[in-house]
Amino acid sequence: MNSSTVNSNGVAAHLDDVHKIYMMGSQEVRALAGVTLSFETGEFWAILGASGSGKSTLLNLLGCLDRPTKGKYYLSGHDVSTLDDDSLSEMRLNHLGFIFQSFNLIPQSTVQENIELPLYYKGWTPEASAERARILAHKVGLSDRLDHRPMELSGGQQQRVAVARALSNDPAILLADEPTGNLDSSTSVEIMKMLTELNEQGKTIIMVTHEQDIAAHARKRLYMKDGRIERIEG
Amino acid sequence: MLIDRYMLEVQLGVKNLLLHKLRSFLTMLGVVFGVGSVIAMLAVGEGASKEALDRIRKLGSQNIIISSEKSVEEESSTESRGGFLSAYGLLYEDERRLSESFPSVSKTVPVKVVRREGRLGMRAMELRIIGTTPDWFELVQRPVVAGRVLVDRDFETKSNVVVLTEHGVRKLLATRSSVGQPVRLGGEYFEVIGITQNAGMIGGDIQTPDQEIDAYVPLNVARERFGDIFSKRVAGSSTREKVELHQIIAQVRSVDDVETTASGIEAMLKRFHKKADYKMSVPLALLRQAEATKRTFNIVLGSIAGISLLVGGIGIMNIMLASVTERTREIGVRRAIGAKKKQIIFQFLIETVVLSTTGGLIGMGIGMLIPWLITYFADMPTVVTLYSLSLSLGISMGVGILFGIYPAIRAANLDPIVALRHE
Repeated sequence: MNSSTVNSNGVAAHLDDVHKIYMMGSQEVRALAGVTLSFETGEFWAILGASGSGKSTLLNLLGCLDRPTKGKYYLSGHDVSTLDDDSLSEMRLNHLGFIFQSFNLIPQSTVQENIELPLYYKGWTPEASAERARILAHKVGLSDRLDHRPMELSGGQQQRVAVARALSNDPAILLADEPTGNLDSSTSVEIMKMLTELNEQGKTIIMVTHEQDIAAHARKRLYMKDGRIERIEG
Repeated sequence: MLIDRYMLEVQLGVKNLLLHKLRSFLTMLGVVFGVGSVIAMLAVGEGASKEALDRIRKLGSQNIIISSEKSVEEESSTESRGGFLSAYGLLYEDERRLSESFPSVSKTVPVKVVRREGRLGMRAMELRIIGTTPDWFELVQRPVVAGRVLVDRDFETKSNVVVLTEHGVRKLLATRSSVGQPVRLGGEYFEVIGITQNAGMIGGDIQTPDQEIDAYVPLNVARERFGDIFSKRVAGSSTREKVELHQIIAQVRSVDDVETTASGIEAMLKRFHKKADYKMSVPLALLRQAEATKRTFNIVLGSIAGISLLVGGIGIMNIMLASVTERTREIGVRRAIGAKKKQIIFQFLIETVVLSTTGGLIGMGIGMLIPWLITYFADMPTVVTLYSLSLSLGISMGVGILFGIYPAIRAANLDPIVALRHE
C-alpha cells in the first residue's frame, strides 16, 4: 500500500477525476461524471443536491462502500480505488465512522454493545472496549443509558449512540448521511451542535443533506448536479 | 486469546438465538428428533444384537456342535407303532470317526444324557446326568468348588465316580463334605469326587443339550451302567428310544478352519446316517450371520437417521435464510463498520452450529432416555454406545455447518449499500 501513498499532508480524502457508472438493466447510469476534490483534515463539509445528483454515490465512494468505475480515490494517503473487499473493510474499520439517517443501531444489542461494535471487529479486549464505550457514552451524554436497548431510547438519543459508535475507532473522517433526517427540529439542532463541537475538536466531517438550514452548520458546502460538482461555497 | 474470541462469537450467537426462543427451539426440533432417534434405535439394535452375539459366543466360536435329533419320519412312525424301539442319533462310532479323520479337529467331546434317580441319604431326586470324557472339563472350564473333576484314570478303571454340579448339590441337599460320600444313581452307588460350578455363571460357556446338568460320570461307566435305551412316557403310552450319544462337540484348532471342517463333518455324517437324525450347529457361522444382520440393520438405521437429519438441516437452513433477510440491515451496518465477509459468515455459521449442536445435545438426552425407558418397562436390553453418542454429536455439528454455510454466505455477499437501505 505504501507504493500508492501520495503526499497528503493535511488532506484527509482526495478524489481525482472519479467516475461511477451503474448498469440499471440495460440502461447506463452515470452517477458520477468526473469529480476532482480534496477534503482537508479538520474541515466540515455538507454535500447538497437533488435526488439523483450523485451525492449519495459520492458518500458511498468516500465511505469505501463502493469503488469508482474510473479515477482515483485516496483516503488518509492510501489509494483505495482498487482495493479488494477485505481491504476496503479494513479501511472502513480503521479510518471511517458512519452516522446514518435511520441510526442503524443493532436492535438486540445494548447501547454499550453498539458503541463497542467497531472495537469488536478491531479485536479489542472486552475490558478495553467497555472502558472506551463508557468514555464515549459520557461524551454524548448517555452514561446512564449503557444497558438500554435502542428501542428504549428517543430518536435523538439513538443518534447520539450512533455518533459515539462512529467515534469509537477514532476515525479520520466522520461520514454522516442525512443525520437529522429522522429527527424533529430541536433534536436536529442538538445533533448538529454535537457534530460542530466534534469538528471544532479537530474531527473531519462530511455530511450529506438536502436541508439548507442543516447544511448551514457546515463550514463548506458542496452542491452536486448530474454527477458533477455544481459549486462550492465557503 | 483466540479462544476468547470464539467464546465472544458463541456468546453473540447464543444471544441472538435467545431473542427468538420459540423459533430457535422449533428450528432445532428436527435435529433433536433426528439425533434422538438415531441414538435410541442404535441402542435398541445394539442391545438386541449384543444379546444374540453373546449367546452365540458362549457356544464357542472354535466349536462345532452336533446334536442328536429324532428325524421327522421317525417321529411319526414310532407314534403309530407304539412300543417299538426307535434308534436314532449319534453313535459312539461317529465320535471315533470324527476324531480320527479330521486333523483340523483338536478334540472331540462325546456327551450322553441320562436321567436317573439320585439318592443321598434320605433325599431322592431325579437327576440329569452327563456321561462324558475328561476333555469336557477342558472345553467347558468350569471352576471346581471342591474335590476334583473326571480324569483319564476314572475311565481306565471304569470307576463309579460322579462329579456333582452346584445344581445337583442343591437338589440332593449335599454339601462340600459330601465329597467322598456315596450317592446312589439309579441302581448303582457312585462316589462323589468333586463339585463344580454350573453353566451360565461364567462367560465362554458351551451350550449343552440340557442346561441344567446335575452330575457328570465317565462316559464308559454311563454306557455300561445305564445303557443306551431310554423309556419315555408320552401321553400314557411308553416309547423306547435308543440313543448312543446326545451330542458331540468338536473343537477346531483354528477359527479359520471351522467352516471347512464343518462341511467335511456334515458330508461324513451324511454318508453314515441314512436319516437326518442329527443337527449341526456352527456358532461361528451363526456369529457371522448375526454380524451381517447387524450391519444391514445399521445401514437401514443410518439411512433413516440420515433422512431425518437432512430434514432437520433443511429446517435450519430455511429459518437461517429467513433470519438473514430479517437482519439484512444489521448485516449492512456490520459491513459498513468494517466487518469482513468472512466475519459475517462466521457469525451466522456459529449461530447455526450452536443451534444444531444444542439440538444434538438435547437429542442425545432424549436418545439416552428412550432406551432406558425401554429397558425399564419392556425389559429389553439396550446399549447406548459412546460411538453412537459421538457420531450423533459430530453429525449434528456437521449439519449446522452444512446447512448454515449457504445462508451465511448469502448474508456476507449482500451489498452493504443495498443492505443499509433495506426496510
